[in-house]
Amino acid sequence: MSVGKFIERLLQLIPVLLGVSIIVFVMMLFTPGDPVAIMLGDQHVTEELENALRHDMGLDLPPHQRFFKFLSNALTLDFGLSYYHRQPVWDVIASRLPATIELSLAALVFALVVSIPLGVLAAVHKNSLLDRIATVTSLFGVSLPGFWFGILLIIFFAVNMHWLPVAGRAGFESEVAPITHLLLVDSLLRGRIDAFWDALRHLILPTITLGLPMASILTRVTRASMLDVLNRDYITFAEAKGLSKTKILIKHALKNALIPTVTVAAIETGSLLGGNMVVETVFGWPGLGRLVVESIFVRNYPLIQAAVLFYAVTYVMLNFFADILYTMLNPRVKL
Amino acid sequence: MNDAVLRIRDLKTCFDTRDGMVTAVDGVSLSLGRGECLGVVGESGSGKSVTFASVMGLVKKPGFIAKGSINFEGRELVGLDPKNYRKLRGKEIAMTMQDAQTALNPAYTVSNQIIEVLLAHDETLSGSRKAQRRQARQQALEMLQLVGIPSAETRLDDYPHQFSGGMRQRVMIAIALACKPKLLIADEPTTALDVTIQAQVLELIADIRDKLGMSVILITHDLGVVAEYCDNVVVMYAGQVVENGPTGAVIATPQHPYTQGLLRSIPRLSDLSRRIEPIKGTVPELIDLPDQCRFMDRCTRAQASCRDLIAMQDCGAGRQVRCIAPGLAGGSDV
Repeated sequence: MSVGKFIERLLQLIPVLLGVSIIVFVMMLFTPGDPVAIMLGDQHVTEELENALRHDMGLDLPPHQRFFKFLSNALTLDFGLSYYHRQPVWDVIASRLPATIELSLAALVFALVVSIPLGVLAAVHKNSLLDRIATVTSLFGVSLPGFWFGILLIIFFAVNMHWLPVAGRAGFESEVAPITHLLLVDSLLRGRIDAFWDALRHLILPTITLGLPMASILTRVTRASMLDVLNRDYITFAEAKGLSKTKILIKHALKNALIPTVTVAAIETGSLLGGNMVVETVFGWPGLGRLVVESIFVRNYPLIQAAVLFYAVTYVMLNFFADILYTMLNPRVKL
Repeated sequence: MNDAVLRIRDLKTCFDTRDGMVTAVDGVSLSLGRGECLGVVGESGSGKSVTFASVMGLVKKPGFIAKGSINFEGRELVGLDPKNYRKLRGKEIAMTMQDAQTALNPAYTVSNQIIEVLLAHDETLSGSRKAQRRQARQQALEMLQLVGIPSAETRLDDYPHQFSGGMRQRVMIAIALACKPKLLIADEPTTALDVTIQAQVLELIADIRDKLGMSVILITHDLGVVAEYCDNVVVMYAGQVVENGPTGAVIATPQHPYTQGLLRSIPRLSDLSRRIEPIKGTVPELIDLPDQCRFMDRCTRAQASCRDLIAMQDCGAGRQVRCIAPGLAGGSDV
């Protein structure tokens, strides 16, 4: 893949993102309720003051002008003021983002580390006990709703067994000065093993809850595609070449089998963001998902708008990276 | 033949399926001399591919070799442990598959796929891993040149899909021959190719066979190919050898009614007035077959005694046939 192609592909994202922002804007335009009235709440003010406020927020402009203002502001990460937090929207989001990134990455790693070996082993030992266990477990994994499964884990591992904390991201005593804002990384960088351990313990249950559906789907996808690949002629030909079993499995089969896995993983990573809202709420995780849920309850429109836009952009970027990864795995596909 | 490279005796390969025991190869015996080219002919399901999968040790579950012996250069292959089998495959016995498009791994360059065989088997490679790779790459280039890939140097790092059908077939042959094997099993090397390319690929195999002095087994259902390139021919039907002998003799005076039928079903440009005569009926299912002649149901000369066990019988000049009433029909001029 050439750099030129890469840039060309990157530029193609612009219309997509523009479309996304239009949809987000229109959605907000038609949302019932007057932001100014919501912001003022029960306070009684003069109509002049109300109009001044409306003018301040640019709400008196015609829609297309409001859109361009919204867009140009969005490009500088200016999404207005979260009147609930009395802070700029982006500052609020940015303060919650690291927790979500850490949890999502942990869930992604968990899902990949579990599903790929399990899917491969299930395919290689088709119809074995392991295969059956993997198939049944993954069926449960996709079917269990996160809010229920998460609570179940809390009841067993935290409340009954006291092995793991009930909720939250870390205890007060394990606070470390931020570098990357990812607790696992920062605690290691600062040499605070106790804080690392504490953060890890807090991360385990939410990670499993968030990652399990993805791990289940990826196990099934990997198993199915591995089974397909193992029946291909090039596997027989590789055997006829006298290559070792591991070499055939890892080099010849896995690289081809991972093509569908990567595609599904990218889509599923996008849906981790959605799953975050449930899991973060259940585990009291101070991330973006819980922030969005809270904001919905208090009708914090500017923040919801920014969050939706953020989710959409993330989703588009994830798919873009999946496409790139795809071309690396499959030389027949060009960007 | 004393100087046999490969000698198969009474080979029986079965598949234990849900519907019953399928005997895909039933008592096949054949031998192949050094530098000889043996044609193995038969329609789909005749057991020709399974016979040589057995030789390669590549019969997959639920298949297994029930009995018999496969002797390669004095070594018994039936029951050989997987590790030693692996050392043999690709090095001393190589195989090409029907369709290079599916036999080559789409995810790797052709040089990568040649080099890995050399790294697995070639003991002349020396030095560090990097040095070995460099030497193997040089050999890969020579192999591509040997099989006639134009401007091979620039094509080493191309992927299989960037080659044409005929060129892909050449690449596959280059991979199979990379370690200069003593025996090449070419499973339907021309079936997936255009007619014009078919001849080129067969010429290439014949040419390299002479250069390397290797023996070749040509599995095909094309008697024309056999007539052109093979010293001897084995005709298989429903898991058994029904006729074998020197190619010229077998084609000129086929003894088994099945061989005769095969020859009559080939269209011929020299005699357009003659209609081709297909063999009526289909190959029997290979589950729980009785010991009678397997071709009986399709044979125009079937008689009561065909219900008995029919053994191969010598009919002179190094020929054998599995029929109680061999000959009878006229010869052919393929």
